[in-house]
Amino acid sequence: MDVTDLKTVFHTQDGVVHAVNGISFHLEEGELLSVVGESGSGKSVTMMSLLKLLPIPPAEIASGKVMFDGKDLLQMDLEELRKIRGGQIGFIFQDPMTSLNPVFNVGFQIMEPLIEHMGLDKKQARARAVELLELVGIPGASDRLNDFPHQFSGGMRQRVMIAIALACDPKILIADEPTTALDVTIQAQIIELIKELRKKLGMAIVWITHDLGVAAGISDRLLVMYGGFVVEHAKVGDLYKRPLHPYTRALLNTLPAEGSGETRLRSIKGSPPNIGAEPKSCPFAPRCDYAFERCHKENPLLERIEGVHDVACWWDVEKEAPRHDG
Amino acid sequence: MTADAETLVRAKNLKVHFPIHAGIFRRQVGAVKAVDGLNFDIKRGETLGLVGESGCGKSTAGRAMLRLYELTDGQIDFEGVDIAGLSKNDLREMRPRMQMIFQDPQACLNPRMTVGDIIAEPLDEHTKMSSKEKRDKVKSLLESVGMNPDYVNRYPHEFSGGQRQRIGIARALALEPDFIVCDEPIAALDVSIQAQVVNLLQDIQDRMGLTYLFISHDLSMVRHIADRVAVMYLGRIVELAPKEELYSNPKHPYTKALLSAVPVPDPEVEKTREHIVLKGDVPSPANPPSGCRFSTRCPVAQKNCFVDDPEWRKIGDGGYVACHYAE
Repeated sequence: MDVTDLKTVFHTQDGVVHAVNGISFHLEEGELLSVVGESGSGKSVTMMSLLKLLPIPPAEIASGKVMFDGKDLLQMDLEELRKIRGGQIGFIFQDPMTSLNPVFNVGFQIMEPLIEHMGLDKKQARARAVELLELVGIPGASDRLNDFPHQFSGGMRQRVMIAIALACDPKILIADEPTTALDVTIQAQIIELIKELRKKLGMAIVWITHDLGVAAGISDRLLVMYGGFVVEHAKVGDLYKRPLHPYTRALLNTLPAEGSGETRLRSIKGSPPNIGAEPKSCPFAPRCDYAFERCHKENPLLERIEGVHDVACWWDVEKEAPRHDG
Repeated sequence: MTADAETLVRAKNLKVHFPIHAGIFRRQVGAVKAVDGLNFDIKRGETLGLVGESGCGKSTAGRAMLRLYELTDGQIDFEGVDIAGLSKNDLREMRPRMQMIFQDPQACLNPRMTVGDIIAEPLDEHTKMSSKEKRDKVKSLLESVGMNPDYVNRYPHEFSGGQRQRIGIARALALEPDFIVCDEPIAALDVSIQAQVVNLLQDIQDRMGLTYLFISHDLSMVRHIADRVAVMYLGRIVELAPKEELYSNPKHPYTKALLSAVPVPDPEVEKTREHIVLKGDVPSPANPPSGCRFSTRCPVAQKNCFVDDPEWRKIGDGGYVACHYAE
């Protein structure tokens, strides 16, 4: 999948909100790409835009191309898109309680995409549903098909969601904060499960999270988002060892280091940006320790530093000098 | 009974059960044993971290410490006075000395009151200050939590999450309490804002000599702020130890699993680290397992763990644990 210059805006009563501002990235087969950022940084909206899962209007995908299998998803009509959604691209949402339908049993909800997309009959779908529930580690799978979502615990519900997303052997799985609503021990179970499934099924995964710890453990590459922009993109090892954007650095620094004995946490001053107006300057500039004149005038573009490491910043944090003259 | 000068609050066999009613006569058919026999003390000026997964009873325990819930059993000594047995009026006298900071800064501020009124409300209730004195006090409180004192006439919706949490903290400080229960004060905030609020809480503690009960599910943040840490599981504290001891040398198998489940923001460490992944879910507190409550998920459980309830015993240097086999 290849995404270029994706732009999403929301038309609201108080004006236009620029949620995603020209984002480009690609996803290779079988890799796990994490998208990290605070709430409001545009990470979920980006992924929802890919499949036009946003209510249009108020949302509008102002520009961009999403190439998948040689076709542009944004140019497709709803009929075609519906075949892709839940078929070749699976989605897992943050909150498994609100994304499962409480009035249908989980068996029906797993079988629905199977009948819809794969053309299975009821019996085949049922057998496949049992298989899927076993795959995601739900004990007594065949008995639990008739249970309703409220009869499952949070972790189990998330497993059901994963089963639904995997139902049609997707090439890409988009997971929007799949473990945020869960406890740490359950989160560990789900992460373990995703790792196993990747080995078995080999699909590509986009993992949206705000937790740098979770991202460290599972990703191949990371995108760091801020104010609707990708500010840094790197392989997992590089990003943690050698963060180049001041925001990434600050974010890593705010985490209490293990046994550092530091009495104060290093915080980032101020608060996340208001994305009401189209940004003309670097969105992080008001909170940045390195910001200088140029940062308040021009918005830096994402540029390649070396290998697979891109950053959008006018300041070179390593040389402690502006990255470009003038 | 007089407590030693060091101890500010002491919980003894603290129990909070919520009755379950069913049937046409709404008869009580059971109880959710949210908190089932806690014993711990909090020393003056220290921060006790209380960690555990959702549903383990940590928030209930925190609220019970201020008697926001009626206790089913047990007692809470606040400077040697058992507040569980106090009458309403006597309890009201004690209130100014203990305050609470809530998790959701959106829900705990009345949207129809101005910030000034919100912070002044405890002053209205508990002091006889004139309105001018109150106004000055409110302004100085806002300043002390790092906000512009001119904001007194604004409404909560005009502020961001981090700022609202600061307002909640200012309100808790209004009566100059000794003891504050912080119930997940940073859980609803963004990572970059969490550090700001934690730093603020620490500054205030240094300045005013406060004692905190810091409830959180974020183990790394608790490690940062707490002096001692208590780990709760299904209504019980399974381990309590000084911070360094607990994190570097956990004794209880649940503590071990919990610590290993926290992801470390370093890909190299993550690759090599051993994760203990617990099986299954937390059992229902309405019907806890017999014997040790952790026995159903414990990776090292023996036969007797399913029968005998482990004793709350001293271990190591200043630590306590409830496990038959912890050493």
